[in-house]
Amino acid sequence: MVEVSEELIAGLKRKAVTLRKHIIRMTHNAQSGHPGGSMSACDIVTALYFHVLRVDPKNPTWPERDRFVLSKGHACPVWYAALAERGFFPVEELMTFRKLNSRLQGHPEFGTTPGVENAAGAEGQGLSFSVGLALAARMDHKAWRTYCLLGDGEQDVGQTWEAAMAASKYGLDSLTAFIDRNGIQQEGRTEDIMPLEPLAEKWEAFNWHVLTIDGHDFRQILAAIEEAQRTRGRPTAVIARTVKGKGVSFMENKIKYHGAATSDEELKLALAELEAMEAAF
Amino acid sequence: MVVVGADTTESIKTFEFGKAFPDRLFQLGIAEPNMISVAAGLAAAGKIPFASTYSVFGAAHTYNIIRQNVAYTNLNVKIFCSHAGLTVGPDGATQQINEDIALMRGIPRMTVLVPADGPETAKCVDAAAAMKGPVYCRFSRTNVPTVTSPEDGFTIGKARIMRDGSDVTLIGCGIMVARCIEAAALLDRDGVGARVINLSTVKPLDVAMIDRAARETGAIVTAEEHTVVHGIGGAVASAVGSSHPVPLAYIGVQDVFGESGEADELLTKYGLTAKKIAEAAMGIVKRR
Repeated sequence: MVEVSEELIAGLKRKAVTLRKHIIRMTHNAQSGHPGGSMSACDIVTALYFHVLRVDPKNPTWPERDRFVLSKGHACPVWYAALAERGFFPVEELMTFRKLNSRLQGHPEFGTTPGVENAAGAEGQGLSFSVGLALAARMDHKAWRTYCLLGDGEQDVGQTWEAAMAASKYGLDSLTAFIDRNGIQQEGRTEDIMPLEPLAEKWEAFNWHVLTIDGHDFRQILAAIEEAQRTRGRPTAVIARTVKGKGVSFMENKIKYHGAATSDEELKLALAELEAMEAAF
Repeated sequence: MVVVGADTTESIKTFEFGKAFPDRLFQLGIAEPNMISVAAGLAAAGKIPFASTYSVFGAAHTYNIIRQNVAYTNLNVKIFCSHAGLTVGPDGATQQINEDIALMRGIPRMTVLVPADGPETAKCVDAAAAMKGPVYCRFSRTNVPTVTSPEDGFTIGKARIMRDGSDVTLIGCGIMVARCIEAAALLDRDGVGARVINLSTVKPLDVAMIDRAARETGAIVTAEEHTVVHGIGGAVASAVGSSHPVPLAYIGVQDVFGESGEADELLTKYGLTAKKIAEAAMGIVKRR
């Protein structure tokens, strides 16, 4: 296993807090959007954009780049925050999120936002899209990899499993799927809405290499990515156990914050918590 | 160019492409939503994917996938579907989609093609591959008389006059172009000169050609193997209505589902014949 330095982990933790502050501010400013699932996915997205992905903010369509596909499109605040912090567009632009004439649409639009690789919003299409990307990379003997982030609510969608079968049929080992297993979807707990467990066994039955990790532990996230990169002949599914609304105490595990912004008062409390976290580093 | 398929590659003959280019045909099983999104991913990485299956699955089962992953994403995906319309025949109503043109012409950025015969279908493949952006092309399972020639020019967005006349215009697409030509011969006998237009591009619509037909002939009959709701009849009516209103008649499936039967039996029962086109033309010529 590759050595992961304390310094790297500390840097990623700091960056993730910055992204969480952006998510809270963007959704508060828009008074809509989906903060809960953006915050649960935040550490995975941070690890990818600030350590793993070979991308070039100056040349967002660089053909040799790694592809990140956000299948759970409602979590785009975390994507926009990461892209802005990575230099794809100015951080100030984040405050245009969900506003008229903005490049930062309520759900991702392909071709307008620098760095955005797919349109999403209707659940369940991203993994299939990623299969197409990975097939093209293999046809052209390219080294770039495809990372797809799915929600756990999206495991309800039949197309997710159509894609899972296709990826294993073609042995797409350049494809890694992260499943943001925060346990909550729009109307309630996933196990009440449509039980998913045993989820890891489902992916294993579809012939994927499956890892289950703590999706807020950077060492585990990086180790999983490294293992996925070493795995030959099969795609890897990383089931990342996460907390919806992670990082702000009163938002954690609350169904409400799937699709609700903070009030003015909550904004202050949330930012105070995140700033205290920052100061503690 | 790559082809994605959904367990229908033999019947729609894309397996021939797979024989020539085994690494470029992806058999994805009975999973059309996945097929369309995989095509979109391939296109996003620079390939020109043709997604091909039966129309009812390729255009209807996949509607929101096409909308989000192909059209909104503005990718170079070509959806070429066979087995459209009533002429699927004995398989019955679940397999006979008469609503796909309506579905596809409603999607922003989508080019919609309905070739009249074999040679024109081949030209649609070439033209779709040569243009950038999403294309839907639908054709039928049944044998179709050849009405175009390989030498005829073909440009997406341009309708073509198959036969001239100044009393009425018959605008058809797909298998109905041949029936429009037949109807024109019937009308000739009654002293009515019919112009026949092959509307092989439904979108973008050749508004100039339709406007000219309205002004020069004063009456238009549309004919399609498709519901009259939001098909080419609707497209022509909307174009004519905003430029030069003239009497119109619509030959097509009258907002009902089909049933089992042989192709010709069904076309007769549902009124998609040269005789019905000619009768409709006589009716509106009187109202000019």
